[in-house]
Formats: sequence, C-alpha cells, structure tokens
Amino acid sequence: MSQTLATSNKSNIVKPVAIPLKDLVPWAIFGVVISLILIYFVGAEQGATALISGHYVHEFVHDGRHLLGFPCH
Amino acid sequence: MAGHLLVRGMIAGMLAACLAFLLAKIYGETSVDLAINFEAAADAAAGQAPEVELVSRAVQSTWGLATAILMYGIAYGGIFSLVFGFAYGRVNTMSARNLSMFIALAGFVVFYFMPILKYPPNPPAVGIGDTIGIRTQLYFEAMVLSIVCAILGLIIYNQLRKYLDVWDAAIIGLLTYLVVFGLTQTVLQDINEVPVNFPATILWHFREAAIGIQIVLWGSMGLIFGKMVQPLFVTRQI
Repeated sequence: MSQTLATSNKSNIVKPVAIPLKDLVPWAIFGVVISLILIYFVGAEQGATALISGHYVHEFVHDGRHLLGFPCH
Repeated sequence: MAGHLLVRGMIAGMLAACLAFLLAKIYGETSVDLAINFEAAADAAAGQAPEVELVSRAVQSTWGLATAILMYGIAYGGIFSLVFGFAYGRVNTMSARNLSMFIALAGFVVFYFMPILKYPPNPPAVGIGDTIGIRTQLYFEAMVLSIVCAILGLIIYNQLRKYLDVWDAAIIGLLTYLVVFGLTQTVLQDINEVPVNFPATILWHFREAAIGIQIVLWGSMGLIFGKMVQPLFVTRQI
C-alpha cells in the first residue's frame, strides 16, 4: 500500500522535460524570421526605411504604429 | 513539438491581439483623433494645406488598426512560444502554465515597458518627420539592450541560485538587469519632440491607452498560451 502511494506520488511530481535543441532550432529560425518580417512591416516600413515605394503601408497601419509604441512621423 | 508550440503561440498571440484591438478601438482611437485634430489645427494656423488622406481615417482606425495589432500579436506570439520552448525544463522547473504567465510578464517588461520608459509612445502631431530614422534606430537599440541585459540578469540568477536562497538570487538578478540597462540608457540620446502647446491630457490618455493595449496583449497571451499548451506536456509526462 505504502509502496503504491509512494510510486503514484512520484509520478505526479514530474520534472519538466526540456525540448531537445535540435528539434527547437529549425522552428526557432523559421518563427523568428516570420515574426521579424511582421514587426518590420508594422513598425518601420515606409517610416525609417522603405522596401516598397510610396506611403500606403505606412498610412494603412498608421494608427496601430502609433498605439503600439513605434516611432512615427 | 517545437512546431506545435509555434503554431499555438501564433494563435494565442492572434486571440490576444483581438482583445487588445477592442481596447485600442474604444479607448486609444479617441486620443489619436484628438491629436490629429490638433495637428490639423496647427497646420492650418501655420497656413499649410491640409494633409491629403491617402488612406481614409475610417479605414486607418478600423481595418488598418486591426491589421497592425494582429500582425504584432502573431509576431510576438511566435517569439513568445519559442522563448517558452527553450526555457521549459531548461531555465527552471516551472509547470507549463506558470512558465507561460512568467514569460508573458517578463516579455511585457523587457520588450516593451523598459524601452518605452526611455522612448515613450507618441500620438500623431508629436515627433518631427526628419528624425524618424534616428528615433526608430534608438527605439530598437533600447529594445535589444533590454533583452541582452535581461539575459545577463537571468544568467546571474541561475548561477547564484546554487549558493543563495531563491529570493536573494532573484533580487540580485533583477537588480543586475535594472542597473545595467539603466546605465546603457544614459548613453543613448534623449528625444523630446512634443510641441510646446500640445495638450498634456491628450498625451497622457494616449500613453495610458498604449500601455493598456500591451498589458492586455501580453497578459491574455500568457493565459491563453498556457491553457493551449498544457495538454501537450501532460500527455508527454505520463
């Protein structure tokens, strides 16, 4: 009985198992690249720098850029 | 596993962004409109022609705002999930939901709150167009410095944890982050481009809304992500 209790208690307190780095790294590169592109278009495109000419992107995300705290005109 | 986390992080970020959008729309847009009126009145007084609306205000304050916040939420949701994936079972022994909430709090402070103490969010009419390049550069520099200093603080915490009580180690780690980051900020130049007669109440309400948006975004992202990923780890452990 005490043996069973001890075993079941032990299995309830499990130390978190880390995700192996080789599983993590490819996804991390993919995720960071996508995220940085999104942040770039919200925060800096047609402001500090411009990949696309004109002001349309800047004007479209204008309110969000201000309210999310990015420097704007 | 990491792929599952990334997808869930982006979905959590998107859902959190929907909540943040409500606050931005209801509370933030009021001060944006007031600031634009101020800018238009100042331009008119200076004898300048009104700005041509390339995108109408109606679109900017709805679809434009929603798109910007959703992109931001998805991006930070993705980064959030990757930090989580790296930290889980490695940096500490927190359960999935505890760790999720902890990273949300840390993310809010490190990615947003500390950098904006130096370079606060500004409404339209505040900020000189010609300095946009340097202002954007400084803002991102402050953000990168904040991340680097936070990692330094975390490393110090983990080292001290072997010798000290958890509280003492945490206090020293946190102080390291605050002091080192504070010192780096004395090097970066100050920016003050608020027009002399710009109403202080509009500025305050705008910044209040801006900070509120981030609290809603990070807070709900932590709660939603924690709830979404907990089943992944429970089945893994049994």
